[in-house]
Amino acid sequence: MEHIVIIGNGISGVTAARHIRKLSDKKITIISAETEFFFSRTALMYVYMGHMKFEHTQPYENWFWEKNNINLKKGLVSSINSEEKNVVFSDNTSLSYDKLIIATGSKPNKFGWPGQDLDGVMGMYHKQDLENLEKYAPDNKTCKRAVIVGGGLIGIELAEMLRSRKIPVTFLVREASFWNGVLPAQESELINKHIKEHHIDLRLSTNLKEIKADENGRVKSVIIEETGEEIACNVVGLTAGVTPNIDFIKNSGIELGRGVKVNRFLETNTKDVYAIGDCAEQHEAIGQRRNIEAVWYTGRMMGETLAQTICGNKTEYKPGHWFNSAKFLDIEYQTYGWVFSERGKKENEAYFQWQHPKDNKCITISFDKNTNQFLGINTFGIRMRHEIFDKWLSENETIQHVLEHLSDANFDPEFYKLHEAEIVAKFNKENNATIQLKKKSWKRIFSKS
Amino acid sequence: MKFIKQTGLVLFLLGLLIFIGTIFTGSFSLTQNELDTYISEKGYKSELIKEELSKAIVASENLNIFQFSSKVRSAFETSNNHYDALIAKYDAEKNWDKKGAQFQYKIYGKPHSLSFELAKKAGKGFAPENTGLAWFLTFGLGILGALLFIIPDVVLLGKPGIKNDGIFLNAATNRGWIGWFAFIFLVTFYILLYFMPDLIVNWVYLVDPISKSISGNPASQWFLYGFLYCVVMTVMAVRMYIKYRHNKYQILRTTSVLFFQIVFAFLIPEILVRFEKPWYDFKNAFPLDYDFFFKWNLDELLSSGGFGLFILVWGVVLTIVVVPVMVYFFGKRWYCSWVCGCGGLAETLGDPYRQNSSKTLLSWRAERIIIHSVLVFVLVMTGFALYTFFSGADQVLGIKTQTIQDIYGFLIGAVFAGVIGTGFYPIFGNRVWCRFGCPLAAYLGFIQRFKSRFRITTNGGQCISCGNCSTYCEQGIDVRAYAQKGENIVRSSCVGCGICSAVCPRGVLKLENGPEEGRINPTDVLLGNDVDLMELVNQK
Repeated sequence: MEHIVIIGNGISGVTAARHIRKLSDKKITIISAETEFFFSRTALMYVYMGHMKFEHTQPYENWFWEKNNINLKKGLVSSINSEEKNVVFSDNTSLSYDKLIIATGSKPNKFGWPGQDLDGVMGMYHKQDLENLEKYAPDNKTCKRAVIVGGGLIGIELAEMLRSRKIPVTFLVREASFWNGVLPAQESELINKHIKEHHIDLRLSTNLKEIKADENGRVKSVIIEETGEEIACNVVGLTAGVTPNIDFIKNSGIELGRGVKVNRFLETNTKDVYAIGDCAEQHEAIGQRRNIEAVWYTGRMMGETLAQTICGNKTEYKPGHWFNSAKFLDIEYQTYGWVFSERGKKENEAYFQWQHPKDNKCITISFDKNTNQFLGINTFGIRMRHEIFDKWLSENETIQHVLEHLSDANFDPEFYKLHEAEIVAKFNKENNATIQLKKKSWKRIFSKS
Repeated sequence: MKFIKQTGLVLFLLGLLIFIGTIFTGSFSLTQNELDTYISEKGYKSELIKEELSKAIVASENLNIFQFSSKVRSAFETSNNHYDALIAKYDAEKNWDKKGAQFQYKIYGKPHSLSFELAKKAGKGFAPENTGLAWFLTFGLGILGALLFIIPDVVLLGKPGIKNDGIFLNAATNRGWIGWFAFIFLVTFYILLYFMPDLIVNWVYLVDPISKSISGNPASQWFLYGFLYCVVMTVMAVRMYIKYRHNKYQILRTTSVLFFQIVFAFLIPEILVRFEKPWYDFKNAFPLDYDFFFKWNLDELLSSGGFGLFILVWGVVLTIVVVPVMVYFFGKRWYCSWVCGCGGLAETLGDPYRQNSSKTLLSWRAERIIIHSVLVFVLVMTGFALYTFFSGADQVLGIKTQTIQDIYGFLIGAVFAGVIGTGFYPIFGNRVWCRFGCPLAAYLGFIQRFKSRFRITTNGGQCISCGNCSTYCEQGIDVRAYAQKGENIVRSSCVGCGICSAVCPRGVLKLENGPEEGRINPTDVLLGNDVDLMELVNQK
């Protein structure tokens, strides 16, 4: 029986394993050095915050794996021998495979800052990071202040985590406004304000120069590059993005770029070796996507796709319309299609924006100036229906169509205040248009394209 | 703010302590006159009981409630034993006439309930004599303290939004020592309430003036319970309002259950009594209201004229028309989390414990077996009851209707619905009764599962499997298992509380009443992955 070995028990690897099991009775082994059982990495923050226990982050009960005949092996792979078709572990034992899936995910970026490996410096990615955080920042007596370096999604999550235990946080962000490489200015400013409302000491346009140690080799303070200011702290969180976790593959003959190079079928240059998830790098970008996408959903989709290929139905990885979501403290964010920040916006793209006068709600719709084609939407504080936007994007609808039918797309809980009328009115006013908002229709919502 | 909160906690605990301490206060004794009146009211023919009770509670003064209860119960026992011995004796002598004559001297009823009736007349001391002050020191301090503890959260919780910080780090909500104390307290409370009401007669004194002002009658232990229920729900509703102040669904839902509890379950029935109508809770549908078709209830309704008839018709219509029609349009949530009293307590007092309900496959299996067994049990029992009512016989196939009713009343009505159903909140989560025991929930669930427009819609491919939804599902549904597959959630047990949708950090879940077609939507490949749908269809 064919033996499929998967390195990494994150969402990509586990999705692949589950779908291979659905489609076949191949022998499957999942290797992980991080945890015995699969857990949802995205939920780690909630364990520290006390919303959940670690066991709640495990989508499957522990008996699930044996019942579904999926072998779990705890071990750290130190190299891959693609000629003999085996993987070698750090204790020099080895395991042979017929097909190998590399799904090792990411590791936090470190940019060679002095002091970046001191005790009390951590990323927020692995379960071990969480354990470190419990050790160095269990409460605000042990950790008098934490400094977070890097203004992305993980950074703001780490700030939220620390604030849940009333630990003072200084948040160093390189950009002039939070995440403004991705978000339009309106949204970015909304988040800036919201971060400060949560008593987080947000420092924009600020870089880390070095991390200083005390006599025990633990973090004592950080120095700011621009001002030379020294900030005393007990924990430093490095959250300046992630890179593929592939160091152990370096001498295996598998082609690497920043990640493991794969084609559209998620195959590497080596026979019977595949890579999926955060660590996979496309030779050429798919559409407007990046070559490496460290996104939860794409990891899941690659797992689904590769399972098909491995089970004899060779399938190209074809991610559909871009979507993503996040939560910035109390503000939910969803995006469908492409909305680039002012920096990344192309010539033909324009925004229509609306912001609530008081609440933390706003939307940006990006559309083509010339054709009025709807390109994408960012929503903050309003939930939108994925299926509907996916359909509108596939059918190349215009922004007028989108606004006219915006009620169909609303996904907020019942009795929530609706803002579609205000949004449409603003568009009409700005564009001298006469769009009439249509009432929500189940028929339209469920009509398949 | 923290100071106010701590002061509140101290006041609340002080109120609770005095409340518990009140049980042990006062002395109990009757005058001969009062005893004689009681015995003639009850129509006891036994001479022995008069003698025994006189010895026990007239002659000896300054009994505390425990001594009083034990003396009264042993007086009843002595009297009954005496006549039982005579019955046995005449039986052996085959002296049937004399044997038959003894039965009229026997005293029926639960010893603790009889003792409660006497104790209610016999009490002197702190609670009955300074009711106002005693009420303030118990209920008053408790309410004031709880509110002072809760209200600072407006500020302390920070900006509106889901704030479950520290729930699993807190001994009260994480099955820690506070949780276990709450568990012991609640279980003890229910055991006393259902089985030894005489021991908590001092508490009943506290609400006598309130009962008299509403129904005109002195309070029973059930009035005490009803009042306490409303107080607890109101105070904890304030907590809900603060915690979920960003969420209109939760605010409206909380207001709704509060309204139905106070007006329908508490005030209207008591006011009906004042107008000499039968006590009736118009929202309490059969089979949750399991004794609706019992002979005594039907007899009472039929003897209450037009109004009794109206209740009878409403009760039947509620169960066989209103309930299914409403479930068809709105799911069972319209009842379980907008109207029902049990649901109301679970959603207010129980909300801090919702994360403790087990999500294992094992518990789901147990749940389905147990709840459906209760439904079958209640239906069989009702069949017996109706047979008894129409035929006049007191048994079916050699089984006494009364026996079945007693078993159900004890096991389900008291132990399950009360002691376990609510007492177990702090350990097993807040919907223990609704999830495992409620026959109405099982009935509503069938309709919800097979013929309803309700579902929890999941939003395409947006789920990140974080598990907040499953963790905070009070009914133990593994919401995530559906959400991560992009499947709508159609489950019998979902009571539509809406918390899964509230805690989801990606806005993936929405309670929805939509078209019935396409409500159940198993998906092979999740949205986000572009596959040729026609090809996928042709493969099948």
